Amino acid sequence: MAAKESIVGSPALRYEGEAKVLGYAKYIDDLHFPQMIHGATVRSKFPRGRITAIRYGEGIPWDEFTIVTWKDIPGENTIVHLLKDHPCLVQEIVNHPEEPIVLLAHPDKALLRKAVDAVTIEYEPLPAVFTIEESEAPDAPVIWNSEAGDSPNVFKTYLMEKGHVEDVWATADYIIEGEYSTGAQEQFYIENNGVIAEYSEQGVTVWGSMQCPYYLHHALQLAFGLPEQKCRVIQVETGGAFGGKEDYPSVIGCHAALLAMKSGRPVKMVYDRMEDMAATTKRHPSRTRHRTAVSKDGKLLGGEIEFAIDGGAYVTLSPVVLSRGTIHAAGPYNWPHLRIRAKAVATNCPPHGAFRGFGAPQSIFGLERHMDLIAKTVGITPEELRRRNFLQPGGTTATGQLIKDPIDLNGMLTRALEESGYHAKRAEFAKTNPTSPIKRGIGFATFMHGAGFTGSGERRLNSLVAIEVDDEGKPEILVSSTEFGQGTNTILCQVAAQTLHISYKDVRIAQPDTDRVPNSGPTVASRTAMIVGKLVEDASHNLLTCMRASGLLEETYTPEQFCHAALAYKQQHGELRATARYQAPDDIFWDDDKYHGDAYPAYAWAVYVAEVAVDTRTYMAEVKNFWALQEVGKVLNPVLAKGQVEGGVAQGIGYAIYEKCVWKDGVMANNQMTNYIMPTSADLPPIHVLFEEVPSIHGPFGAKGIGELPMDGPAPAILNAIEEATGVRFNHCPLLPEDIFDKLANPTLISADSSQLQPAVAGPVFSGTTP
Amino acid sequence: MSTITFTLNNSQVTVDAPPMTRLLDLLREHLHLTGTKEGCGEGECGSCSVLLNGELVNSCLVPTLQVQGATVTTIEGLGEHTHLHPIQQCFLEEGGAQCGICTPGMILATHHLLEKHPAPTLDEIREGLSGNLCRCTGYMRIFEAVQQTAKLAEAGK
Amino acid sequence: MRSDVRDYTLTAPGSLDAVLSALAANPRLTPIAGGTELMVALGVGRLGRHELISLDGLKELRFIEERPETLILGAGATFTDIRRNAAIAREFPLLAQTASWTGSIANQNRGTLGGNIANASPAADNPPALLAYDASIELVSATGRRTLPYDEFHLGYKKTVLQPGELIYAIHLPRRFAQHRQYVRKVGTRNAQAIAKIALAATALIDEAMVREIRLAGASLIDRPVRLHATEALLLGKAITPELRTQAAAVLASEIKPIDDIRSTAKYRIAVACNLLDEFLLSL
Ligand SMILES: Cc1cc2nc3c(=O)[nH]c(=O)nc-3n(C[C@H](O)[C@H](O)[C@H](O)COP(=O)(O)OP(=O)(O)OC[C@H]3O[C@@H](n4cnc5c(N)ncnc54)[C@H](O)[C@@H]3O)c2cc1C
Ligand code: FES
Ligand code: FES
Repeated sequence: MAAKESIVGSPALRYEGEAKVLGYAKYIDDLHFPQMIHGATVRSKFPRGRITAIRYGEGIPWDEFTIVTWKDIPGENTIVHLLKDHPCLVQEIVNHPEEPIVLLAHPDKALLRKAVDAVTIEYEPLPAVFTIEESEAPDAPVIWNSEAGDSPNVFKTYLMEKGHVEDVWATADYIIEGEYSTGAQEQFYIENNGVIAEYSEQGVTVWGSMQCPYYLHHALQLAFGLPEQKCRVIQVETGGAFGGKEDYPSVIGCHAALLAMKSGRPVKMVYDRMEDMAATTKRHPSRTRHRTAVSKDGKLLGGEIEFAIDGGAYVTLSPVVLSRGTIHAAGPYNWPHLRIRAKAVATNCPPHGAFRGFGAPQSIFGLERHMDLIAKTVGITPEELRRRNFLQPGGTTATGQLIKDPIDLNGMLTRALEESGYHAKRAEFAKTNPTSPIKRGIGFATFMHGAGFTGSGERRLNSLVAIEVDDEGKPEILVSSTEFGQGTNTILCQVAAQTLHISYKDVRIAQPDTDRVPNSGPTVASRTAMIVGKLVEDASHNLLTCMRASGLLEETYTPEQFCHAALAYKQQHGELRATARYQAPDDIFWDDDKYHGDAYPAYAWAVYVAEVAVDTRTYMAEVKNFWALQEVGKVLNPVLAKGQVEGGVAQGIGYAIYEKCVWKDGVMANNQMTNYIMPTSADLPPIHVLFEEVPSIHGPFGAKGIGELPMDGPAPAILNAIEEATGVRFNHCPLLPEDIFDKLANPTLISADSSQLQPAVAGPVFSGTTP
Repeated sequence: MSTITFTLNNSQVTVDAPPMTRLLDLLREHLHLTGTKEGCGEGECGSCSVLLNGELVNSCLVPTLQVQGATVTTIEGLGEHTHLHPIQQCFLEEGGAQCGICTPGMILATHHLLEKHPAPTLDEIREGLSGNLCRCTGYMRIFEAVQQTAKLAEAGK
Repeated sequence: MRSDVRDYTLTAPGSLDAVLSALAANPRLTPIAGGTELMVALGVGRLGRHELISLDGLKELRFIEERPETLILGAGATFTDIRRNAAIAREFPLLAQTASWTGSIANQNRGTLGGNIANASPAADNPPALLAYDASIELVSATGRRTLPYDEFHLGYKKTVLQPGELIYAIHLPRRFAQHRQYVRKVGTRNAQAIAKIALAATALIDEAMVREIRLAGASLIDRPVRLHATEALLLGKAITPELRTQAAAVLASEIKPIDDIRSTAKYRIAVACNLLDEFLLSL
């Protein structure tokens, strides 16, 4: 048998890497179709109101323009995600700033811009709300109400319970409360959203920058009232996504398609940076409230967690984001009793959407900050607190899932603290800080991240992959999983090559085109390596079985023999194709009503350590060094895996201390790169990436998900370190110098919470807040 | 309209364009060289980086008239299919390109950096590339790619 | 791209004299040098001036000349030129430093000192250093030249003494700061490519523990690049004591009027300005 050296686990070169470094790779804005014209969007400049008139101003040759309003939509006026509340174009009521009302197309891009500016929307304003607090206020205006929702202004609620948390308060040595919040975060892919659409008798076709071709495919069917086979979606090279191109391409894709239908010409719509930032989705702002019962010796006895996210004006993906946030709110700890109440509320901001981590970074931020508060209150170290409460094999998670994998969080914590020199640094900083204007600190977070769709999600997705042999005898992988930098192409080819015992460079992967590739599910939720990878492995096995059954392939063979056999098979049968469909493992159960059971087939586990310095003259915090230790199952490609972690950590550092969306009545006021601050190469510390590999039975060659995990840990680790450095608690991220200043320069603002009490006197402080 | 003649990737080109046309648009739309990318149009992201008379510039901020008589190098002028430039090879091997949208600009910034500092320190790299935003990599693999290129050049001497 | 480039004209006459005559003949002409301000405005659809004239490549403006008493920087000197100049690195390190902060390397390769000054942003990085070095500014027009203290150049928010048809020709730096203590610090939103939330540049001559000469200047402290005369006056001729430092902070706080904007808050800016001043005074 050839290919003895392992392909899986090797740093195989990025599949499409050569085209990228040469500048040959074609992204959506690099494509030009004959007869193509350009599309643009007229948007609301107010948060909420009833449209009374649309006026097309002077000086524009309107007869040359294609103009589309909701009336032109042949099917339903909706962008379908989970519900149909989100209109494709406003009919009457505007629910957020930057909401699309009119679409325009013209061959001349510059004239198009002038035309957009010449359209005025007249309206009667309606009352609006912009934050979770405003949305839930008793006298709040009802801005969203649907039978499908849970109550006015509430898109979705979950209640997750384990044990009987009511019983623990009376016996607890400490009851510790804390409130934590996180701001919106822009995905900030460097390539903006963009698509090209074409419409003809045969149906509608959209090419674009996206993660989930089948999402848009579905959206098109509804908006156009067309059957499946008349809608076609093709993903082209995508310049970053991070969740930001999960749900939004359905919007821009439908818009361009409507213009293409009405104009009869291909229409390109590519947002510029200001429009992309202002109008498309961001990470959901959140608020987490904790109330925790703890024993004297630092054991978590029980807790109540109230988790709320701001979903923006329409439901979009908020229930799913909320679900992941809810499940991850309990962290990798053993909770005998726990109740989590979660809700996603409506506000008049543009809808918030998917962003790496999908709710988990928000609730993990709350929990990991709260753990440090608990440690301080009880009077033990953050390390000791975690050690006393870590989940162990044989234990059960907050959803009641039995931990079967041999995880060793204690061992991981020990390793991460050793690698980072945590103890020595803590001692050193304690000595140097009192006399230095620069306060240094080191902190960490421990967390886990579930791979794949939550609960029965994978069962519902019912993913299918195929492998087909081409005319050169090379297998081609057919999946709807997309490449947008994470390495999908490469790792799937590695898995197929290894399984087929052929060389990595002999495997191909098809461009995701809904006319050609089966639906292997969306490229989200850290599911591609584990779920789709496994299916590629299965399909490869099926391919071999089929070839062997035909007698054309021996038990052992060389790559050349594989190629010959494949071509011979094709000659005999016309095609050589194998598929594999997802089959839920039979030992995985999930109860959607009770929110109980096996939430994910597998988890990745991690300990992240951050070292910070806070300058008390400028109140600026800087991350000086970072260690990311994770157990992710088999690492399929070490170079790509490191890159994933480093990139995620960088985004996490941005989330923690740089990236703030400044809102003014639902409008992002800093929607320019110069005003939204993401870390540059001069801002990031060394990031030390460390892996532990405990193979999982659920993924190919033991791989688990890795994509989202690195986003979860940095923010709490950094804010924990900042508290170590300054002695002051900060419970909101992003934490900017102005926020640090507000507290450091004004000791009176340092809120009295249980951490301010001496451990000895910090008895039960029950403030009576009922979630 | 102005008629502008300049040297682009070693060959002379003459184009007619409004003089305030951004060099970026001239390259992408008039000359169909799409390796130069637009990430922001405001000089912040560096994905439109090109070399103008050997100096790194953001092509979104250069009016076309100002390249009259100049020499412009884009990513297309650096390497080709059968023969990657060493920087390109190192980016490929070290994982310096993920989604790839920042990559052409990043590679040209690296080129400029290595011209000025053939053996750059980490701080020189961090500063030299700080005008090129990358959202995917966290820059670490890019630093490795730059250091690797410098090492190869040193060894090849 | 939010502008229509067909609505704009741009010419490049090729010599300073030709540019000056063109400016004299047509008051609607706006000079464009490195374009790192104006092209951004064009991109976002906010470039109100439609007739432009290029200063790029004018040798008469792009120079750095060492004279015995002064160093003269042409308005067309780029930040890269400034960073590479040995005399500046030696004698005017604050300027070398601020040039290195002015945006990215690509920005420094194009952006000019003249553009930074003429653009007159209160947050501009280089003016505080120039003010701390007691620079003079030389202006030129078709009718002649005039030189004035740079401290008198900025009149208000984006308002300067520049007359229609007039260009910045050069900056003159007196070469007498070798003995001065020098300080500059920029507080931006991040380490690179950051607009200053506040910055402070300072030079002081200390003799027998007394402040014999002092110049303080800052960015984003008021509506324009500004010298901090009241604070200087308080400190001049005195020895730095803890009490004086406290007083200096109070005077500084009353002398500046920063604003709340999307980048920062006024109270933060005041506090940090005082901290930076204190850091400088402590170093004396
Ligand atoms: C990404 C980015 C980052 C930046 N970062 C910084 C920073 O950190 N700090 C900072 O201070 N600035 C920064 N800037 C702003 C800019 O680079 C500087 O202000 C630069 O000095 C402008 O010079 P220019 O030659 O490019 O100006 P131009 O855009 O050509 O002109 C700017 C203005 O000056 C006028 N002008 C130019 N030359 C003359 C002259 N000789 N006489 C009279 N008027 C003249 C023009 O008419 C125009 O009004 C940044 C810009 C960008 C795009
Ligand atoms: S597009 Fe030119 S710098 Fe971003
Ligand atoms: S590789 Fe995606 S932005 Fe750099």
